[in-house]
Amino acid sequence: MTPAPSPTPAVTWTDRLAPRRWLGPVTLLGPAGVWLLVLLVLPTLLILEISLVPGLRLGQPSGGYGLGNYLQILQPVYLRVIGRSVAFAVGSTALCLLLGFPVAYWLALMSPQRWRNLLLVAFILPLWTSSLLRAYAWTTILRPSGVLNAMLAAIGLPAQNWLNTPTAVFIGLTYSFLPYMVLILYASLEKLDTRLLEAAADLGATPRQSFWKITVPQTLPGIAAASLLVFISTLSDFVVPTLLGGASSMNISRLIYNQFLGPTRAWGFGSALSMVLILAVSLAIALLIRYGDRNTITEA
Amino acid sequence: MPSRPVTWPSLFTALMYAFMYFPIIVLGAYSFSDSRYSASWGGFSLRWYRALFSDRRLLAALQDSLVIAIVAVAISAVLGTLMAIGLARHRFPGKGLYRGMSYLPLIIPDIAIAVATLVFLASVAVPLSLGTIIAAHMVFCLAYIAVVVSSRIQRLDPNLEEAALDLGATHTQAMLKVLLPQLAPGILAGCLLAFVLSMDDLLISSFTAGGGANPLPIEIFSRVRTGVKPDINALSVMLILGSALLAGLAEYVRYWGDRQRQKI
Repeated sequence: MTPAPSPTPAVTWTDRLAPRRWLGPVTLLGPAGVWLLVLLVLPTLLILEISLVPGLRLGQPSGGYGLGNYLQILQPVYLRVIGRSVAFAVGSTALCLLLGFPVAYWLALMSPQRWRNLLLVAFILPLWTSSLLRAYAWTTILRPSGVLNAMLAAIGLPAQNWLNTPTAVFIGLTYSFLPYMVLILYASLEKLDTRLLEAAADLGATPRQSFWKITVPQTLPGIAAASLLVFISTLSDFVVPTLLGGASSMNISRLIYNQFLGPTRAWGFGSALSMVLILAVSLAIALLIRYGDRNTITEA
Repeated sequence: MPSRPVTWPSLFTALMYAFMYFPIIVLGAYSFSDSRYSASWGGFSLRWYRALFSDRRLLAALQDSLVIAIVAVAISAVLGTLMAIGLARHRFPGKGLYRGMSYLPLIIPDIAIAVATLVFLASVAVPLSLGTIIAAHMVFCLAYIAVVVSSRIQRLDPNLEEAALDLGATHTQAMLKVLLPQLAPGILAGCLLAFVLSMDDLLISSFTAGGGANPLPIEIFSRVRTGVKPDINALSVMLILGSALLAGLAEYVRYWGDRQRQKI
């Protein structure tokens, strides 16, 4: 399409400053593309390379290439760390789904129409605050002299040590990622065709039947998308396991952190762990693209 | 309004709202307690707020964080918007690959981005500083801004730009006077999101800070690791109020964007 020549060619300073070719694809896509290439793609390739140098440590001459760093991950002590990360992720994703679905269902289909937007915003409002401080808030609740034990004592139950246990990690992760779950499920449930539910009711279906035969199948792509997103985020979370889980809750992000900023300084091993994490997340994303509802995520 | 029967989903939802706000309320309450220990209430006091405002280290950390977030978001707003427009308006070989690359910062876990950036900066011998944190934050800031702006471009009417061109506007004029005003709510929403993510980032900052800078999340992390710090409670309340303000602003921007679309 060519623009028709205008009767009075209006040439302003912006045209003189920025001729048409300046707004071509190179100007538009170049700067961001270069930035991402140099500061993300290249660095990722670099850690792929050093992950293939066994025993690489900061400031030491390196030997040849090999798979030593990846074989090291197969040692039982590190496999336990990976297993624990997966367990944290699966458990807290299941909890988020279990707790989040009724909330999203109520918000999308049962809440008063007038207040619906406001209610949704109120639920996800905690996302706007620092994740670090939200995890810290739970330490004041769960510590031995904390609020939870004080509440338990008030109703005559024995105090327990909650902090630095896997339970604390599950509570913290569920708390942190529940708003994401609700947001995506809401976007999916909002699109549900309620006439289907009415038709089912007219045809004699009980609410339970229409829930399992209509609502759940219709929102399955949204459920898959939300669950995978929460799974990916919880799998690699660092703040919650560190602040709430203590020494017994070492997960993959904390292990990687220690290889670089901790005492070990084993960069090669840390890079291999990072590559495994990237691979795991890419697999989950591939599943999401295959089975999930991408539109729901973009809308959310 | 007819009275609604109280059903179990509404009861359960109320319980979940309580769950979401319980920790925030606890923090807020204890920030006014005179006691150093969280188990007991020591009477109303503003001593932690006084401690907070005279804590130079914490205020300097807040300043570092604000500088990082504002500079990174400002540059990313330009780069991210250009990228979103470029992806929407141009076809070129390798576009799929480029688009995939633009999603990488959203997909790759923070810890892996942090590690990769550190290794890269070490290999090219760039000293770590405030500047390296900004450079690293720009990676995810521009990606998030581009995603938000892209979703807005997709819902725009392309005929408006074509009409402007037909009426004799140059490409530059069409972009500055027709496209950009329509994108403004999207750009602003993306900036707010990127700002919050930048202020919240612990891992990427930790790996790219060196000794040269000490943004707020690093300072908070090093303090709360070692137990309860009542002045951090007071800080939390201040930051939560700030976030609530930002969230309100974001909602307003969304409302503005929706209204603008309806007008067109």
